[in-house]
Amino acid sequence: MHCPSVEPRRSLYFDYQVHPAFTAAVGAAQAERHAVVIVGAGPIGLTTALDLARYGIPSVLLEAEQQVSEGSRAIVFTRRSLEILQQVGVADRVTAAGLDWRFGNSFYRNQRVFRMEAPQDADDRFAPMTNLQQPCLEQYLVEAVQANPLIELRWGNKVTAVAQAADHARLEVDTPAGPYALEAQWVIAADGARSALRSLLGLKLEGAAYEGRFVIADIRIRLDLPTERLAFFDPPWNPGNTVLMHREPGDIWRIDYQLPADETPEQALAPESLRARIDAQLALVGVRDPQWELDWCSVYSARALTLPDYIHQRVIFTGDAAHLLPIFGVRGANTGFQDCNGLAWKLALALKGLAGPALLPSYSHERVGAAREIIAEAGKSTRFMTPPTPGQRLVRDAVLSLSLSQAFVRPLYHWRTSRPHDYTDSPLNCRDDDDAAFPAGPRQGAPLPNVRLGEDDYLFDHLGAAFHLLYFSEASELPADLRARAAALRERGIPLRILAIGAADAVDGADLSLADADGHLRSKYGAQPGCAYLARPDQHVCARWRQLDGAALGRAIHTALGNA
Amino acid sequence: MQTLTIAGLESVYEQLAEALDRAPQAQRELFLVKLALLAAEALGEPERFAELTEAALLDL
Repeated sequence: MHCPSVEPRRSLYFDYQVHPAFTAAVGAAQAERHAVVIVGAGPIGLTTALDLARYGIPSVLLEAEQQVSEGSRAIVFTRRSLEILQQVGVADRVTAAGLDWRFGNSFYRNQRVFRMEAPQDADDRFAPMTNLQQPCLEQYLVEAVQANPLIELRWGNKVTAVAQAADHARLEVDTPAGPYALEAQWVIAADGARSALRSLLGLKLEGAAYEGRFVIADIRIRLDLPTERLAFFDPPWNPGNTVLMHREPGDIWRIDYQLPADETPEQALAPESLRARIDAQLALVGVRDPQWELDWCSVYSARALTLPDYIHQRVIFTGDAAHLLPIFGVRGANTGFQDCNGLAWKLALALKGLAGPALLPSYSHERVGAAREIIAEAGKSTRFMTPPTPGQRLVRDAVLSLSLSQAFVRPLYHWRTSRPHDYTDSPLNCRDDDDAAFPAGPRQGAPLPNVRLGEDDYLFDHLGAAFHLLYFSEASELPADLRARAAALRERGIPLRILAIGAADAVDGADLSLADADGHLRSKYGAQPGCAYLARPDQHVCARWRQLDGAALGRAIHTALGNA
Repeated sequence: MQTLTIAGLESVYEQLAEALDRAPQAQRELFLVKLALLAAEALGEPERFAELTEAALLDL
């Protein structure tokens, strides 16, 4: 019998609510069959359910616990994550509660040796980074899920076994009232770093684990410091090691500090050890007689691992269940959001019978590729933060020492922030378009760049759960053969919206017309009249043309649906 | 590319020996790595630096 704690978790800033466990299916004569069962109601599972619902796909969400997660955990969300959260309707709540920022500072021997400035374009609705504690984000997502009639969230339901069949998987689910069975055409594993489904299927992650271990501690203290990332290398109180500080909402500060190599997690988390070290770090930032309370603490070690394939028969892996990435560079949850954004539309169109054979496999191709790229990047920053060999340490220490006087080494402090992956080698990209002929704008595989259209009005505000054709023209109507082709595609059930850009008035045949009076959107996209971009439902470009006819649009959509 | 004259090489020899003696004993390795990085920056050629690194690894 699975009996999760029904005591609300303790927190200084978050009011935990314990939800009743779902037990109605216990003792049922027959296992229910669902289209999609998502295992794990963390940020990635919840977002996947909401994203699928945008396409009309219902899902059942199983969560082993009866409350949202403990501790701040993921705290920094990137602009791309906010853009994905905007699509599922919770970005406004995140920006209202979160703290946005764009500067990072690295210190060595009391000197600021590097200042990172994340670019902020006037066309972006969201800041480069937004800090918010994970339970707060989960709460917003849970409320959105509970308001969505297509999603059933089952608390206190733990998966204990999985059996694969040709057209479904069967899950054994344990609850506080006993077990029941459940079948799904597709199971999405969003059950986090210690994924039970990954273990049950006997799957092995590939990659590197790093030696350096960190205490991550959240404390409540009023500090008169801006919301910026602070990194301290080799501070006097923690010689040879690295310390990070981030501000969170509600006067909560996250302090991450590296442990001496020979110390156990138990020793590190002993209250007197925590107090002495946190006091020492606070003294370093100028706090005398520090008064603070501990909210949560844990021990973390950097790993850069991924499954080599995210689809195993009827089980599809996302987020930390699929890969474990170092926290330096905010690559955990932020990578997970891109996973579910990449998966939802493909799975939805597959379930609607619109997908070619290559569509769903392309999820694994694109996202494993992204994870491997991230692992290569993350490895560099992790080796700088926690040098794994004597040689690495010596060169790192030489760079620290040189950085006090020599500017050329300072870019090595950059921690290579998470950014969206360009799916340049995706099998879904068009093979006979004019990609190389554009002087500017997003290339094939890249996400669309956002564009400010007016006061509180951005391009992404107008994008929905569909392919989008951005058609640049000054004419008052779309060409007849394009309209006919679009109509035929929609007749087959393919979600396609056409945005006409550049005409002063509403354009006949377009779903939306944007005048782009100052030509800014056209210039950012390197587009002349007659040019067109085709974006997949996850906003990544799959084709762009200098001139477009209906037949070419049909071929590009055919390819983008996985008909290689 | 410039090459060292005998006199220049002799000067480098003395400078390096003197600097190694000036560096605290425990920091000599660190000093040499800093010097290598500064020399690599002045050289500006990662491929050439890789060749020099291999040459220095010979006959240790």
